[in-house]
Amino acid sequence: MVLFIVSVGLSVTMGLMGFINLAHGGFAMLGGYAIVLAMKHWDLGFVPALAFGFVATAAVSVVLERLLYARLYRAAELDQVLFTIGLVFVMIASVTLLIGPENQPLELPRMLQGQIDLGFTRYRTYSVVLIVIGVAIVVGLWLGFERTRVGAQIRAAVDNRRMAESLGIDIDRLFTLTFAFGSGMAALGGGLGAEFLGLDPQYALKYLVYFLIVVAVGGLGRVTGVFYAALLIGVLDFVLKKYVPQGGTMFIYALTILLLLWRPQGLFGGKAT
Amino acid sequence: MTSPSPGVAEHPAARALAGRHRLRAWEAIPWALALTFYFAFPKHLGFGTEVLVTILFAISLDLVLGYAGIVTLGHAAFFGAGAYTVGILAKHGLWNEPITSLVLAALVAGAVGFGSGLVLLRTRGLTLLMLTLCTMALLEEAANLGHEYTGGFDGLDSLAIPPLFGVFEFNPLYPTTQYLYVLAVLFLCFAFVRTLVYSPFGQSLTGIRENTLRMHAVGSPVPARLVTCYTLSAAIAGIAGGIWAQANAYVNLGTLGLDRAATVLIILVLGGHGRLYGAFVGAVAYMALSHFLAKVYPAAWQLGLGLLLVVIALFARNGILGIGEALGRRLRGTRAVS
Amino acid sequence: MSAPLLETRALCRRFGALAAVCDVDFRLEAGARHAVIGPNGAGKTTLVNLLTGVVQPTSGKVLLKGRDITTVAQAQRVKLGIARTFQINRLFRGLSVLDNVYIAVAERVGAAPSKFRPAGTRRDVVEESMRLLETLKLADDASRRVSELPYGRQRLVELAIALGLKPEVLLLDEPAAGVPSAESHVILEAIDSLPRHIVVLVIDHDMDLVFRFAERITVMVGGAVFASGSPRDIGANPDVRAVYLGQTGHG
Repeated sequence: MVLFIVSVGLSVTMGLMGFINLAHGGFAMLGGYAIVLAMKHWDLGFVPALAFGFVATAAVSVVLERLLYARLYRAAELDQVLFTIGLVFVMIASVTLLIGPENQPLELPRMLQGQIDLGFTRYRTYSVVLIVIGVAIVVGLWLGFERTRVGAQIRAAVDNRRMAESLGIDIDRLFTLTFAFGSGMAALGGGLGAEFLGLDPQYALKYLVYFLIVVAVGGLGRVTGVFYAALLIGVLDFVLKKYVPQGGTMFIYALTILLLLWRPQGLFGGKAT
Repeated sequence: MTSPSPGVAEHPAARALAGRHRLRAWEAIPWALALTFYFAFPKHLGFGTEVLVTILFAISLDLVLGYAGIVTLGHAAFFGAGAYTVGILAKHGLWNEPITSLVLAALVAGAVGFGSGLVLLRTRGLTLLMLTLCTMALLEEAANLGHEYTGGFDGLDSLAIPPLFGVFEFNPLYPTTQYLYVLAVLFLCFAFVRTLVYSPFGQSLTGIRENTLRMHAVGSPVPARLVTCYTLSAAIAGIAGGIWAQANAYVNLGTLGLDRAATVLIILVLGGHGRLYGAFVGAVAYMALSHFLAKVYPAAWQLGLGLLLVVIALFARNGILGIGEALGRRLRGTRAVS
Repeated sequence: MSAPLLETRALCRRFGALAAVCDVDFRLEAGARHAVIGPNGAGKTTLVNLLTGVVQPTSGKVLLKGRDITTVAQAQRVKLGIARTFQINRLFRGLSVLDNVYIAVAERVGAAPSKFRPAGTRRDVVEESMRLLETLKLADDASRRVSELPYGRQRLVELAIALGLKPEVLLLDEPAAGVPSAESHVILEAIDSLPRHIVVLVIDHDMDLVFRFAERITVMVGGAVFASGSPRDIGANPDVRAVYLGQTGHG
């Protein structure tokens, strides 16, 4: 579920902007830190902290996008890869230097701790809440994309940028908006997932491969696709770790390779390249 | 057709093309420097050997990235394949003669390259990047799993490498043999790659990189060319991995890791890709800097490296050699491309 | 009447619901000088893409000298003798003019896979490339990087590459497009002086070029063949004029 929340932002930005953004995990990390630190030092509640994390990270991403990313939109793939790797390094190093390399524990509000009795099984309250949030996000995003004008513009631009431009859609502003949104989502994911995935400076790279897999398999720019892909990967990972602890990750990589070969545009992706 | 008009071959452009492959005097410099290093810094030969191996690895990547334009984050798969071939054969007492082991390493890595290239190179962009990453990660996991053969997480150590030609010993404490051995292998492989790059085949790779669609439209069998290039590059990367294993008498999962793959990419870009000697410049620069800085101030090193990458991506995409070329052009005024 | 060199039968290409090319029967005879004209979106470029194998048809056939090449890949068709130029230049911009042509000639004569002899020592390829540049009056620019040339000269390089392939069928997609009128005569002269044994098909909007060059004209509208005949017949055809006038009427 956390995979989904972080990855959906990546999927949309990469799908829309055609930009290989390996720094996305870095935004997740930054957001997570913002949230945790806001709670620790400013005594913000959990939900306000989440909101703060979202906004703060989105703001930072806007600055970066306007100043730096925008110059590389038409650049070669290699340059985009190099730039975002460099950016992630800068992010990780800055956080390590400013705050320290240790894991940041997140204190959940009492309401979310403990377990819930679902009738047939007891499950961690927080996990259930996350699932609910995840579904809510999917629904919200789906509505947002399908029903609002901005959503329609984004979808149009993902499918065919030149045509969208000729229709008068302001691509630059759309990019900035989407990028901010995507990074904000990453931040949310970072904060929400801190309980499970931990939060340390290396977070940005540790899970990058997973985010990329989810996005590549789910299809660029397809919210539902990313949802299913994240679900698939998450469930697989869980099941494999339980029953085949040795070969689990290998299986996921092999599966990803097969899926990408069969459908290079992702399971639910639109155009074939 | 009638006899060629006189003077066509004398045209400056034709002559420039005919002479492009000729050795230039300054091309002896890297080798002279390497030999000087051997005599000047006998205590740092271990470091020197590491640099030479990295140069070879970076050259193999340049063939694929700089000349054919394939962006891959998984090239360590071939480095590791070669390293483990040497390691497994030596550790289990199957075969450890150095030179033939290298040949085997090249064959195994080349086979992996051929197989994965056939399948992966039909895709482009993010998909290809992901596939190269996943292939390498797959191999890494497989090596981890097969720990009876590969030593798993700990790797294989204390590999017994017999003396070269029965005479020159590989002594880990005094890596004199290693250094010269690796230098010789590097020289041979470099000569091979240089020949390749100046051949019509190399020219067609450049064409594929510059405008793939146009290459299709001139009848070039693009997929076959790419797979051939990828296979050759994988074999060379395998040789690099093999000599690494031999020089260090040691193999571990790091040879297959993302860290190694990303580092060699950074090194190549830093030096300047598509320029044959970029690998030399990049490896020396990067490893010298990291040797001194990375251990002392790891976070600052990462910060500096990150900033450097950002700057390169934005302003200096052709690396150090690219900057040098631009300066040279500025100094000489605009000149025709030969 | 000899058999057609290149022909299509009921050729059709759909993109979703849109039929870019529909039920086209088209023939190129030996020695032909043929032009295809039509309003924007009529399917002209798609037709060329179908003929060269850039795009696969949804239905129908393409035949070369009577042989079905519908499923043959683009690179293979080049080997069979079909070459084209693109509407927007597709050149190796970072390489020299000579290199651009060298690559094409090397592919044709089979020198390209050679790995162990330097490119420059293939004198035959180098000389042939230079001679080709001379015929197109590009020899003086041979050393220059393509990206440094004015667009009109670049367009000539595009033509040189296609000629370097020694095709039997040459398809030119708007050869003078984007070329300032002061320079376009060079291109027109080059097309005029093409050897007679090469079949040439030109797509263009420039009516002067078309009527000067073509011995046969096909008009395409909405993906289908609208009219076909000699320049005089087409010029006098009232329906054709209506199609064009109707287009300009809408602006």
